[in-house]
Amino acid sequence: MSEVIVDNNILDQRKTGRKALFLEFWSYFRENRGAVIGLAFFIFIVLVAILADIIAPHLPNHQYRDAMLQPPFFQEGGSTKFLLGTDAIGRDMLSRLIHGARFSLFVGCIVVSLSLVVGVILGLAAGFFRGKTDAIIMRVMDVVLAFPSLLLALVLVAILGPSLTNAMIAIAVIQLPHYVRLTRASVMSVLTKDYVTAARVIGVRKVRLMFVTILPNCLAPLIVQAALSFSTAILDAAALGFLGLGAQPPTPEWGTMLAEAREFILRAWWVVTFPGVAILLTVLAINLMGDGLRDAFDPKLKRS
Amino acid sequence: MISYILRKLAILVPTFFGVTLVAFVFIRLLPGDPVMVMAGERGMTEERHAEMMKLYGFDKPVLEQYLIYIKDVLQGDLGKSIVTKKPVFEDFMSLFPATVELSLVAITIAILVGLPVGMIAAVKRGTPFDHVSMTAALTGYSMPIFWWGLLCIIFFSGILRWTPVSGRISLLFFFEPVTGFMLIDSWLSGEEGAFASAVSHLILPSIVLGTIPMAIIARQTRSAMLEVLGEDYVRTARAKGLAPRRVIGLHTLRNALIPVVTIIGLQVGVLFAGAILTETIFSWPGIGKWMVDSISRRDYPSVQGGLLMIASFVVVVNLFVDLLYGLINPQIRHTK
Repeated sequence: MSEVIVDNNILDQRKTGRKALFLEFWSYFRENRGAVIGLAFFIFIVLVAILADIIAPHLPNHQYRDAMLQPPFFQEGGSTKFLLGTDAIGRDMLSRLIHGARFSLFVGCIVVSLSLVVGVILGLAAGFFRGKTDAIIMRVMDVVLAFPSLLLALVLVAILGPSLTNAMIAIAVIQLPHYVRLTRASVMSVLTKDYVTAARVIGVRKVRLMFVTILPNCLAPLIVQAALSFSTAILDAAALGFLGLGAQPPTPEWGTMLAEAREFILRAWWVVTFPGVAILLTVLAINLMGDGLRDAFDPKLKRS
Repeated sequence: MISYILRKLAILVPTFFGVTLVAFVFIRLLPGDPVMVMAGERGMTEERHAEMMKLYGFDKPVLEQYLIYIKDVLQGDLGKSIVTKKPVFEDFMSLFPATVELSLVAITIAILVGLPVGMIAAVKRGTPFDHVSMTAALTGYSMPIFWWGLLCIIFFSGILRWTPVSGRISLLFFFEPVTGFMLIDSWLSGEEGAFASAVSHLILPSIVLGTIPMAIIARQTRSAMLEVLGEDYVRTARAKGLAPRRVIGLHTLRNALIPVVTIIGLQVGVLFAGAILTETIFSWPGIGKWMVDSISRRDYPSVQGGLLMIASFVVVVNLFVDLLYGLINPQIRHTK
């Protein structure tokens, strides 16, 4: 009689389940130092936006008439009352920047949710049904892609009228084709998998097949795209604000602040520099995070 | 190859009609009817309004209006500008070379810097050069270029006083445009200092406009190189003792360039979007600034015409990129 010896070490001990999946993802993500820094900074900005009313030293639109264009505290003529100085009509720069974080994050969230939801539905439909549905959806997306992004946004805002809401709608429209194309491509690759055929054979209904069987397997590239388009949305919204077609003064939106500051560029460097630094750092943090997400979802690529 | 070209052309037709439809619908979606839009802020009497509606054919069924519009467009008639009273096509063509010149110089700078940086970063992967250049590239990619332009103006024009702040050439020079490209025209004019003046006006805006494409090209070149460096044929080339220079130059770079060429081609749209901001900041008299001005002046026929021309241009350039891609990568034209 021979005994069957089960050596636990040779059994596959990888854990399964959501928590384990997340831990695996996190261990890859953590390896990328830039991504972690990006994530930390992003959390910081989110906190700043949420707590804006509490941490901002002044009201964003309060005009201190006796302290116009005051430089930051470290420069001669500055004071610690206004740490980053004041703008041309005496508003505290720091407080406006802090409140501006709200608008940028808000724009990013709304734009990404809008274009993600609509884009995923259209992409699923195109990839799943093929034929005429596919042709029509994709040709319409080709047309949207034919216009340089900012140009189409400008024109849409010209039709809808300049405001932050309309700027967000316009930016969501110009980002739509990327989601549609991405979803369609991943749906088509997932459709050939055996588990989809199996689901079809046992008679799973179409809607369930689309959203429960196929969609979750297309999520990784969509999440990466969402992160990257979050930063593009912030940039585009700031650009529209800068051109006077986004958020309207006196809203403390970073792009709009830059537009108001333009005439003072050679006299007061701080009114031009700080809003731009805020945009750059936020966008950079999100892009770092996006790169980290991409590498973590696709470890093969990273190690090639 | 011919069937590949025909297939690409076939997709182009619906796209072009879609673009005309967008331009056609645009002017009808604006608040007020097209005649009121053309009249601008002044307004007009009821009778004059009805007369104009008839004159422009706005009383006809929409489908007929669209067909007439298509016919006009195909004959090169894009309507008249409300502000300059000249045909939109003429206005567009007089400003277009300025944008093309700016974009060409910008993309040249972007390629000259981005390509070698991406290559070296891939070959020297993990070294300080790789880290620093890729951090710089990501920063450039994240840059709000309207702010970047303002910073460059503060530093180079304001503090160092190296370059002028706006325009294409100093007002001291005047000559008839021959090609529309200021660099060539100023050189042809033979006036002393004209060429230098044109260069000094062009350099800052083109660096600003080239920043994002430069970052994209550097990043893409690096990842394309890394992918090819991991291929078996590169290992074989190394194993049989080829000089590293030859492995990188012949085996790696050639194959890595295929996706990079596409990326460079796709920058046309990025350049146009960037030109809108760059031209506004530097008061560069090109298409981007003209579009922004037309929108703020409510010169909608110009916006409509510009929209159509720019989108058609982008579509045609992208077609050429596709064809070029098919030419250098035979795999593409044989797959569906």
